[in-house]
Amino acid sequence: MADKVKVRIDGEVIAATPDQTILQVARANGKYIPALCYMEGLSAVGACRLCVVEVSGVGRLLPACTTPVQEGLAITTISPQLQAHRKIALELLFAERNHICAVCVSSGNCELQTLAQEHGITHVRYPYNYPTLPIDMTHPRFVLDHNRCILCSRCVRTCAEIEGAHVWEIAGRGIQSRLVSELRRPWGEATTCTSCGKCVQACPTGALTEKGFGVEEMTKKKAVVSRLTSMRGGR
Amino acid sequence: MDKVKIGTCWLDGCSGCHMSLLDMDEDIVAVLEKAEIVFGPLVDAQEWPEGVDVAVIEGAVSSQDDLKLARTARARSKLVVALGDCAVTGNVPSMRNGIPVRRLLERVYVEGATAEPGVPTDGVPSLLKRAEPLHAAIKVDLHVPGCPPKPDAIKQVLGDLLEGREPDIESRLRFG
Repeated sequence: MADKVKVRIDGEVIAATPDQTILQVARANGKYIPALCYMEGLSAVGACRLCVVEVSGVGRLLPACTTPVQEGLAITTISPQLQAHRKIALELLFAERNHICAVCVSSGNCELQTLAQEHGITHVRYPYNYPTLPIDMTHPRFVLDHNRCILCSRCVRTCAEIEGAHVWEIAGRGIQSRLVSELRRPWGEATTCTSCGKCVQACPTGALTEKGFGVEEMTKKKAVVSRLTSMRGGR
Repeated sequence: MDKVKIGTCWLDGCSGCHMSLLDMDEDIVAVLEKAEIVFGPLVDAQEWPEGVDVAVIEGAVSSQDDLKLARTARARSKLVVALGDCAVTGNVPSMRNGIPVRRLLERVYVEGATAEPGVPTDGVPSLLKRAEPLHAAIKVDLHVPGCPPKPDAIKQVLGDLLEGREPDIESRLRFG
């Protein structure tokens, strides 16, 4: 395998290494591809489908976060088709659960809300699901609000890959999928939780938050979590 | 030239969007030079008139009365604007949607009452099964989210409409 490969992103020739994904190469070269489930320093799972890109010769859209680069790939990161697909993905996230920005501690600092605004979403075209979902407030310092969870699994990966505690998991299937702590034990009773709070910082929405914040008051520091991996040399 | 006729109404919401409309301060005078408000909480008309140019609707569609008024406004207006998160997304009123209506009313007016417990039936419209965004009930031409939308956003939208431009909402887009 060659040490370097050349790819074309939006027409620009860029040198990369074969162990990089399209998303990593794009971001390293100042090209913006939106993503929600991807977070620097964590493994990539391709869950949110916001980072889809067009690759010439491939008849379907590919997630940039899980597609490794190859010599000669010609990638398009922005087009009317991609924008349309990203809007659909975002609107379906809003329709699936109860994202009530007006009463959310993360409003104004929420990645989902920001992306909706960036993509010019003025309303959701699909019928809302209005599920009845619990809020777990059993932890002394943190809150899990399932109404705001988009199942990106950044918390799951942060806890498993960085903290090594494996408290979080996604249980159930399809629309019944839920984030669970320690095999469905309430968070406050999870014996493996070290209360480090990194999952809260990694959460893109108001699903995991710290207690004691009012509407629009919670800001997340995901860069701090990402930096831990790079300081450990990517291990 | 005839003035543009604007009708406004307030369905299941807190009136905050109407407050934000008033919060345009003196800019509302400029709007009223070109338009007149012919129906809504800010004026005295009893019924949504025929021949309205722009309907500005705040709040989710939550009761039989909301639905009736929304449909009337739609039928008698050229253009319908959903103003604010409740009209656009259902917002806070939609938080009751996971609870059956009967259970909800009993919890509030029977279990929650300290005096005269009983679900009110006289003079109040019956609730729909769910509080829904406006576009779930009628065709909406323009969505202006925000809780409330900033006065500047309302000013921009009304200003653009009165000038005959397509309103630029995306630059002022904001939920919550």
